[in-house]
Amino acid sequence: MDADLTLRVDGEAHRLTVDTRTSLLDLLRERLGNTSPKKGCDHGQCGACTVLLDGERVLSCLALAVAHDGAEITTADGLAGDGELHPVQQAFLDQDAFQCGYCTPGQICSAVAVLDEVRRGWPSHVTEDLAGEPQLTDAEVSERMSGNLCRCGAYANIVPAVQQAAAR
Amino acid sequence: MKPFAYARPADVAEAVREVAADPAAVFLGGGTNLVDHLRLGVATPDRVVDVRRLTSREITDTGDGGLRVGAAVTNSELAADPRIRAHYRVRAPAVRAGASGQLRNLATTGGNPLQRTRCVYFQDVTTPCNKRFPGSGCSAVGGYTRYHAILGIPAALPDPTAPETCIATHPSDMAVALAALDAQVEVLGPAGARTLPFPDLHRLPGDDPSRDTVLEHGELITAIDLPPLAPSARSAYRKVRDRASYAFALVSVAAVVDDDSVRIALGGVAHKPWRASRAEEILRGRPLTEDAVRAAMEAELAAAQPQPGIDGGNGFKIPLVTRTVVATLRDLAGEEL
Repeated sequence: MDADLTLRVDGEAHRLTVDTRTSLLDLLRERLGNTSPKKGCDHGQCGACTVLLDGERVLSCLALAVAHDGAEITTADGLAGDGELHPVQQAFLDQDAFQCGYCTPGQICSAVAVLDEVRRGWPSHVTEDLAGEPQLTDAEVSERMSGNLCRCGAYANIVPAVQQAAAR
Repeated sequence: MKPFAYARPADVAEAVREVAADPAAVFLGGGTNLVDHLRLGVATPDRVVDVRRLTSREITDTGDGGLRVGAAVTNSELAADPRIRAHYRVRAPAVRAGASGQLRNLATTGGNPLQRTRCVYFQDVTTPCNKRFPGSGCSAVGGYTRYHAILGIPAALPDPTAPETCIATHPSDMAVALAALDAQVEVLGPAGARTLPFPDLHRLPGDDPSRDTVLEHGELITAIDLPPLAPSARSAYRKVRDRASYAFALVSVAAVVDDDSVRIALGGVAHKPWRASRAEEILRGRPLTEDAVRAAMEAELAAAQPQPGIDGGNGFKIPLVTRTVVATLRDLAGEEL
């Protein structure tokens, strides 16, 4: 069964007819050819498919495309502007924060959202002082990034990369 | 994935009518559990009725010092709300202990308590499971039981071939906190609106393990009300898991202490968030010393049925949940008012 929807992806408007079963991830990859979000587990357990949906990080494998008609989506592919990398992307390069790279677009989208969540004062499970502004300690970065698995184990460099981007 | 029609009705009443009229229809909230189940073949609806943009996405003061949380409020929004952070210390940590940032941005207040067990056999359509396929048996008995129940199951070793056997646990963190807080669930159904106490929302397997809650088909959670907590009340949530983050609870404890009363809810030990009523009764009006809490938990767990399993079973949950309750209450007793 088909449904019509419109989406803005990385600044570009799209009008599509999709099978109601299509996930946002499959729509991005298979219909729009945007292969930056990755299909790792396809069950919401790995974070490789993370994108920004109306500014918030979500797992695109668990989002039905039809349920997000009219949404604004940003993938890792759309973060850079005017030939210049996003500060989080640059930080991942500077800190050597990946090995095979498969989880990286999801890690980067997640990190962009983490910095925004901290700016808005959202506490995490490890935030001690719920009344004050959260401080982005390494433990905070690990907790907030825990939904993005890296099976190469590049975590030791991902944490400094997020810290580098946060310091800007 | 089986094909399905997708509908986004104009309002909540129409959505309820649409689902109530079709036994093969389901509500869609944030989708974090349902979409996975559609893909796994665990859920096979003909019609998916999207209510995410229909129910309230606001947290409002109820006038008596409590809060009403709309069903569409995401887990992230709930955990970040300054009123929740200030007054419901058990609630916000419980929400932040669940899942990951990406999932909490999608998952809703109405949907979270209705998520289904993560029993590996329930999620594997190739194995018998009374919850997924009533009457087919229970594959978890004697299997991988690390995440399974110890409370609310019959005294005799459950019969894996019996249609009523189910040793699954409810996976939500938030639901454990809501049970301890004595929250109220606002429900709209084809017969009208009703309110039920949160501890009564979920049920034990009884003679029908396929039903997780007492809600009838077509009934929708529209809001959850948090009753006011006395200014002197202290609350906490503690979760024990196999890894430090992004994992389901082995056991968890939500506790609310006020004057001479204590409320305790346990996660990871039963088919529903388990109110430790027996322990609460024993501890009422008594100082929360370690010995008193241990004795109360011993009484609470007297009927526990640890399950053997190919992974060593889940008998470890008896001392683990006892120690976790002791630690949680010790922290609360020592907390400055």
